[in-house]
This record gives sequence, C-alpha cells and structure tokens, in this order.
Amino acid sequence: MKKIGFLVASLVASLFASTAFADVAVKLGVLNDRSGVYSDLAGEGSVVAAQMAVEDYKAADKGITVEIISADHQNKPDIASNIARQWYDQDGVDAILDVPTSSAALAVAEITREKNKIFLNSGGGTSDLTGKACSPNTVHWTYDSWQLAHGTASAVVANGGKKWFFVTADYAFGQAMERDATEVVKEGGGEVVGSIRHPFPGTDFSSYLLQAQSSGAQVVAFANAGGDTINSVKQASEFGLAQSGQQLAGLLVFANDVHSLGLQTAQGLMLTESFYWDLNDQTREWSARFEEKMNKKPSMVQAGVYASVLHYLKAVEALGDKDATKVMAKMKETPTDDILFGKGMIRADGRKIHQSYLFQVKKPEESKGEWDLYNLVSTIPAEQSFRPLDKGGCSLIK
Amino acid sequence: MTAITDTNESTIVVEQASGSMPRHHLVIFALLLLLSLAAPFFLYPVFLMKVMCFALFACALNLLLGFGGLLSFGHAAFFGSAAYVSAHAARVWGLTPEVAIILGTLSAAVLGAVIGLLAIRRQGIYFAMVTLAFAQMVYFAALQAPFTGGEDGIQNVPRGDLFGAISMRSDFSLYFVVLVITFGGLLAIYRIIHSPFGQVLKAIRENEPRAISLGYRVNSYKLTVFVLSATFAGLAGATKAIVFQLASLTDVYWTMSGEVVLMVLLGGMGTVFGPLVGAAVIVTMQNYLASFGAWVTIIQGCIFVISVMLFREGIVGVIAKWIRKPL
Amino acid sequence: MIELLGIPPQALFGQLLLGLINGAFYAILSLGLAIIFGLLNIINFAHGAQYMLGALASWVLLNYFGVNYWWALLLAPIGVGILGVILERLLISRLYHLDHLYGLLLTFGLALIIQGLARNQYGISGLPYTIPSQLAGGQNLGFMFLPNYRGWVVVASLAVCLTTWFVIEKTRLGAYLRAATENPTLVGAFGINVPRMITLTYGFGVALAAFAGVLAAPIYSVNPNMGADLIIVVFAVVVIGGMGSILGSIVTGFGLGIIEGLMRVFYPEASSVVIFVIMAIVLLVKPAGLFGRTA
Repeated sequence: MKKIGFLVASLVASLFASTAFADVAVKLGVLNDRSGVYSDLAGEGSVVAAQMAVEDYKAADKGITVEIISADHQNKPDIASNIARQWYDQDGVDAILDVPTSSAALAVAEITREKNKIFLNSGGGTSDLTGKACSPNTVHWTYDSWQLAHGTASAVVANGGKKWFFVTADYAFGQAMERDATEVVKEGGGEVVGSIRHPFPGTDFSSYLLQAQSSGAQVVAFANAGGDTINSVKQASEFGLAQSGQQLAGLLVFANDVHSLGLQTAQGLMLTESFYWDLNDQTREWSARFEEKMNKKPSMVQAGVYASVLHYLKAVEALGDKDATKVMAKMKETPTDDILFGKGMIRADGRKIHQSYLFQVKKPEESKGEWDLYNLVSTIPAEQSFRPLDKGGCSLIK
Repeated sequence: MTAITDTNESTIVVEQASGSMPRHHLVIFALLLLLSLAAPFFLYPVFLMKVMCFALFACALNLLLGFGGLLSFGHAAFFGSAAYVSAHAARVWGLTPEVAIILGTLSAAVLGAVIGLLAIRRQGIYFAMVTLAFAQMVYFAALQAPFTGGEDGIQNVPRGDLFGAISMRSDFSLYFVVLVITFGGLLAIYRIIHSPFGQVLKAIRENEPRAISLGYRVNSYKLTVFVLSATFAGLAGATKAIVFQLASLTDVYWTMSGEVVLMVLLGGMGTVFGPLVGAAVIVTMQNYLASFGAWVTIIQGCIFVISVMLFREGIVGVIAKWIRKPL
Repeated sequence: MIELLGIPPQALFGQLLLGLINGAFYAILSLGLAIIFGLLNIINFAHGAQYMLGALASWVLLNYFGVNYWWALLLAPIGVGILGVILERLLISRLYHLDHLYGLLLTFGLALIIQGLARNQYGISGLPYTIPSQLAGGQNLGFMFLPNYRGWVVVASLAVCLTTWFVIEKTRLGAYLRAATENPTLVGAFGINVPRMITLTYGFGVALAAFAGVLAAPIYSVNPNMGADLIIVVFAVVVIGGMGSILGSIVTGFGLGIIEGLMRVFYPEASSVVIFVIMAIVLLVKPAGLFGRTA
C-alpha cells in the first residue's frame, strides 16, 4: 500500500461547500517514517488515519477544505527539520502531524514554535515535549516515555515484582526511561539490583541478558526501543529468562513490535499502551475500517493521528479560522472526546490526557487470531497516566 | 600505490604551477559568484545554503582525494565534530556565530591531526578502512558524550548576531554570510592546489617512491594535506550547524562520509569545480526525492555504480575533456 | 553491580563463551573478505549486504517455499554466491586494471542498492525467523545456560573456517589459488583459467558471507541494515589481523569477539569501540597488522 511521492489527498470542497459557512482551507502535513523502523507503527497508516478523520468529520460539508501531504523524515532530526521548515515557509502547511522518533519530534516542535504553526505529535515518545522542551504550539497526543515507563513499572511492582534489572540503551532517551521507572520501583518498595547500559544500537544482547539472569532479579526491564527491543526480547526468550522465572517488562513496546516478534517469543511481556484495537465495539469498528485500507490493525500512534485531526478540525470549525494561536487556545479549552481515546483534555503544557492500559502479551494458545495479542491487565485512570503538570519543568507553567 | 588515477586514460593535470588564475577559471568563479548572488531571489535560501555547505565539504574531500590521492571514508568525523562543537559553542556558551564556527573548524583540525597521524601509516584501501574505523569511533563518542545530546543531537542552536551586531535570524542575511564563507573556503582550496605544495602533492599522488627519492618528506606532506582537508570539512560542518540550528548524528555517521565521496566522484575527482557540481546534484536529488524513502539510497547506489563503471572522470571531468581545458 | 575483581570465575567463563560465539561471525566474515582481497585485491564493501542477503534468503525460502533451515544453510549461500559471480562478471571484473579504490567505491554502491531494495521490499522492522526445532532449548552448563543454537553457531563456523583454511593452505587447488595471488600471468601460462578462478573465488567469499547470514537469522532479527554496521567492525578486524594469512583472519576474528565479550562485562558502554581502539594501537605498533606482511 506504499504510495510513492507526496501523496496528495485533496478533498476538494464540491458544490456543497459553496453553501457552507466556514470556508477555510487547511493543509496538514503528515511527517513520519515511511521506510524505516517506525514505518509500521506510523508510516502510510498515519496518512490513512488522517484521511479517515477528515472523511468521518465530513469536513467538506462543513466548509473546511483539507489537503493532506506527507513525507518521510527517515527518523533523522536534520531531515525532519528541513522538511518542516520548507513546509511552513514554502508549501503553506498549517499543522504537522505524527512525527515519531523523539529527536525528530523535538526538532519539529522547535521549528513549529519559531514559525507559529501547530504541531500535533502522535508518534514521538519523549516526555520532554511537554517538559523541558514544551511549546505553546505543541500538542502531544498519544503517549510518552514517562507514561509507559510509569504505567508498566508501577503495575509490575504492585504485582510483587520487587527486584529489578534494567537493560538500557545508552543514550539520553534510554537513560530517561530507566530513571523514570527506577523512581516508581523505589516508591513501590522495590529495589534495582542491577542495570546495564548497552551501546546503541546493539545487535547482540546475550551478554547483558546473562548478567540479568544471574543477578537474581525478578523483573528484567528493557529501556530501549525499536530494533533493540525486538532483538533483546527475542534473545531473552532464547536464553530462557522467562522459563527461569523472570518477568520481562518492555518500557517502550508497541503492538506491531509484538506482532513481528510473534507470541511464541514475546509471551508474558508486560507493557503499557494508550490504545489497542480490541478495547471496545467502537475501537473494533474503526480498526476494521482501517484494516480494509491498510491490511493490518492500527497502532496507537495511528489512532492518535486520527483523534488529533478530529479535534483540530473541531476547533477550526468552531472558530471559522485557522490562525494558529486561536486554534491552539480553542483546542486546549475544549475537552476532547472521540471514539478511540474516550473523553479527555489537553493540558496547558500541551499534554493530552487520557487513560492508559497495562497489557500482558498472550500465550500462543490463548490467541484467537493474528492480531489477538494482549490480555488487558488493568486500566490506569487518566489522572494517573501522565506526569503531573508541575513535575515536568515546562516553562509555560508558572 | 595510492594514486587514484586511471592508468588507461589521461588524467587532467592542472598545469598552472603558481601565479595568476587562468582566464577561464576566473570567468567561472565570476559567473558562480553572480549566480549565487542572484539565486536567493528565486530559490529557497535554506536549500541554497545546504548546497553551499556540502559543496565546501566536497571540495575539502577533493583536496585529499583528488589532489592527494588519499581516499578517506571517514570525513564525516570532521564535518560532524565541527558541527557539534560550533553548535555547543553557540548554544551553551552563547558565543557569536563567527566565533562558534572558528572553534568548530579548529576542533576539526585538531582531530584531523590526530587521526591523520595514525591513518597515513597505511596506504590505499587500508587507508580508507582506517579512516572509516576512526570515524566510527567519533560516531560512538558523539552518541555517548554528555554534551552531544545523543540521539537528539544539539537542537535549537541560536543563529545569533554576527560580530554581536548583525542579526542572522532572517534566512536572507545568513545566506550572504554563508556565501562569503563558502567562497572564501573555495578560493583558499584553489590557492593550495596551485601552490608549490600542491605540486608536490600531485607528484606524490602520481609516483610516491619517486617523490621520496627526490627527497620529499612524503609523510609530512600527506599529513599536512589531511589536516587541511579536515579543517575545511570542519568549516563546512560548523557552518551547517549554524544554518540548520542543529548538529546531529547524521553528520558523523558513515553514510555521510559515503555521500561526500559520491559527490566528489560524480562531479569529477581532481577537478576544481567538480565537487561543486556533484554536491549540487546530490543535494538537489535528496531534496526532491526525500519522500521516496529508500529509493534515495537505491538511486545513490546506482549513481555510484554508474560513475565507477562508465564515468570515472565525473561530470566536470567530461566537460573538461570536451573543451580541452582543465576545470 | 559487577566489579572488575568481584566477578565470579564461572560468570567470566560464560562471557568468554558468548564472546566466542560473537567472534564466530567476525571470523567467517573477515575470512571471506580476506580471501576476496587476497585474489582480487578488492575490499568488498558489499560484504555486509551479502551477509544480510543470506539471512533474508533463508527467510524467503522458509516463508514462500517452505524450505527449512538446514536446506537454507546450503541453498542461501549458493544462491547469493551465484549473485556474487554475476556481479563479478558484469561489473567488478572490469575494474581490475584500475586503482583498487574503484573496487571499494563500486561495492559500496552495490551495498547501497542491495540494502535499499531489501528495505523497499521487506521494510525494516525485522522479520522473525525461529530457531530450528532440532536446536531449540539449551544446555545448563552449570556456569551458564547455553542455548543449543549458539553452540551450533560456534561449531559450524569453526568447521567452515578450518575447512577453508585447509583447502587453501594444504590442497592443490589452494596452491593454484595462492600462486595466482602472487603472479596471475605465470599461473595463466600454466594453462589455468585465472579469470574463472577469480570469479569463483569471489563467489565463494560471498557465499561465506551469506552462510554467516543464515547462521545469524535465528538469533538476530532479519533486517536490511543488519550487515551495514557489522561490516565496519569487520573491516577493523581485518586491519588488525592484516591481510597476510587466512589463519590470521580466523584467529583475529575469534580473538576480538572474545575481547569484545569481556568488555561487555567490565565496561559495556565502550564495548562497541574497543575493536577500534585496538585497531589504533595495532596501527601504531605494527602497521601491517598482527599477521600481515609488510607491503
């Protein structure tokens, strides 16, 4: 389904539009990874999700002409900032969507602030987007590293996993996740018996896993991402960590990672997500429609693109204007409500608040289908899901 | 046997030993200058600045590869480390852009001296592999050092005020600063190539044992050209960091080294203007094909293969052959 | 945390074994590079891409043709080897009269094309390949849990390396090969088809890379970039070993694997740099490499 080039899905307001009242033309740019590690997580699927949002909202009938363009940032901050700059300067893009990979997301956030446009992030993970690097022009929709590390760690500690061993990717993002999770473990009365910083990216994790195995830890947590996580989980199963009674916890794992690992390898892994296709009738219905177009279930990132576009269009319609400052204000004052994330809100620091879910990967024999991956362990209420407003160090918060 | 010359085909040797520029070179430089003065009124200035930074980078590599006969597969180390240093200087230390760029360039020179000392101990393909391996070390350092920001790189680098007075916030004013830097760099490289030092370099490239027998201290010449090349690569990297307000791992990764080799190869090794053309072509291609993802890699690979198989003189080399004048 | 002196000997032993497994890959890959370099005088930059192709081929064989691991171990190297032969005939052979650096540039371009195509076709997330059932599970060695498959990797690679070494150093075919390295014209005069020998050597070197790829498939995920970073480490291994001897490349490969393994225990942050540091030291002390002849 990969379409080559700038996929221009322009929903031209037809005859009906001339009778409508809003008459605003907006241009949205989906900037994400279309060929690399996160192309399954985001990629073309995010573009499709954005289009579905425009169709479902019946934007054309309401006088909003929406044009969606997309580009591949190859997970590199320099390419991302280049494209963002060009989109804003030359192509008249009003809002940039998605942007997985924290480094790229931070770069786009900076340029968006400089040009006073809107950045609706869904794919980026770093909680700095609403912390140190927060911006009045950013909405961080779907998830962040604090949320996932906290969600998983607090649930596992509460279930009795008190002795932890961290396998951490040796760069800022990995270290931040380890730090956040360590905090929770200690608060919950647990202890960290060891941690290892592996070079990033790594391919062979056997040595670290062996150290984890002999450390006497009950829980082995992976504070890494993408290919590193896939490889470390795979090798953990090879060395039989789960069989020797250790619980595995992924601090940043997505449904499509689990899908590509296979249940045989990933079974028993604990992880946190903001969305899963099989939560309720509405998510199932939407995901089925998505699957018709993409031949796979949506990821939480793609769901986040859908929901954030809906919310953006709502604000534009209400204002009859697309001025970035006004739209941001409107988006923050209007509570969010959509079929995928339920009711929520956007906080002053740009953090979108909703509940999150702790899942455990099913055993192969429990699964009823290719995408039947998780058992829901618990639901974390919205107010506990994200870092408290005053803890992030965001300069927008007095 | 480090010479990267084609034994079957005649290489184009720049005849001028020293003294004034040949007239057609003068004309080309003048045209280039006119063109770049007019360009920002028609094209996107940020894109043009990117072309200029890479043109300077490619010329720096060409100094080593085309005139010194040494293929470095690790030039990203100099480009990238200079970018990091100047970004850090501008952002954390709050220095003005020109000071930041100078600091970045100097750090690349120092790094060039250290790596060069070791690398020139081997020749030919070993030299290429050794430079590659060192660049990889620099990459790991950039990934893990506390000040480089790991995966995020150093972002949000202020463009600052030139000499503390002239604001560089607008793309337009910055464009002319970058133009001055690039042109200054190019002219300096041109001067080096056409100096007596450059002549000895060419002699070493063509026949190293002979140069030794003539009493030249070949290794110190090689080291000097390596350091010079690293310095100009650093100048390009430091400027790039200020333009894009970003220094990231891409700048030090080995694919960057490969890209710049590609620019030189495509434009024409050992020609004065080849790297400029090569850089312009590759950067333009990357810009317009950005949305094609993996196809950029494939096309670059194809250009590599085609250049090596059919087109070893490069674009400018072929033109030089037509007009029978060194370019 | 584990400290330098506080580390129990049995844990150390486990890490040594893991280092050996790691070294097995370095050894096969640097062996292939050394053979190709010896005869063709070309640094095969596409080696990493060909290693990846081996792993990818085994995945394709399993998922589209139902060919199991053991057949893949035979078929993937042959297939990738044939591809290597075609590349050599079509492209590389036309560069022998030129400076060696052109060979490096050409194979670099080939690597970009192969990796790009694989990325387009199969994405980059990594394709799963399960360990063959005969080798699932593991042995408890007392000091560590050794998955059977990892043991097999060491055995298989040692066997392949030693066989190659034996063929080149001790048989008539190997003698021709070595002679052709020294003086191709003379060997040609004896009625040996040197160009064909060169082609087949390249094919064999490439097949070795693909073999390593198949071995790696069940342990690491199969992804288009799996060889790209590895190849640079292998280059450093080759520089350290020197291109002088076949045995040298094998010994260096295993040795550096072990050193890297030890670094993972004592100072994991630096484990990916240690080989490059060793390379710098070797260059200072013995520029021709540990086993190399001075040019």
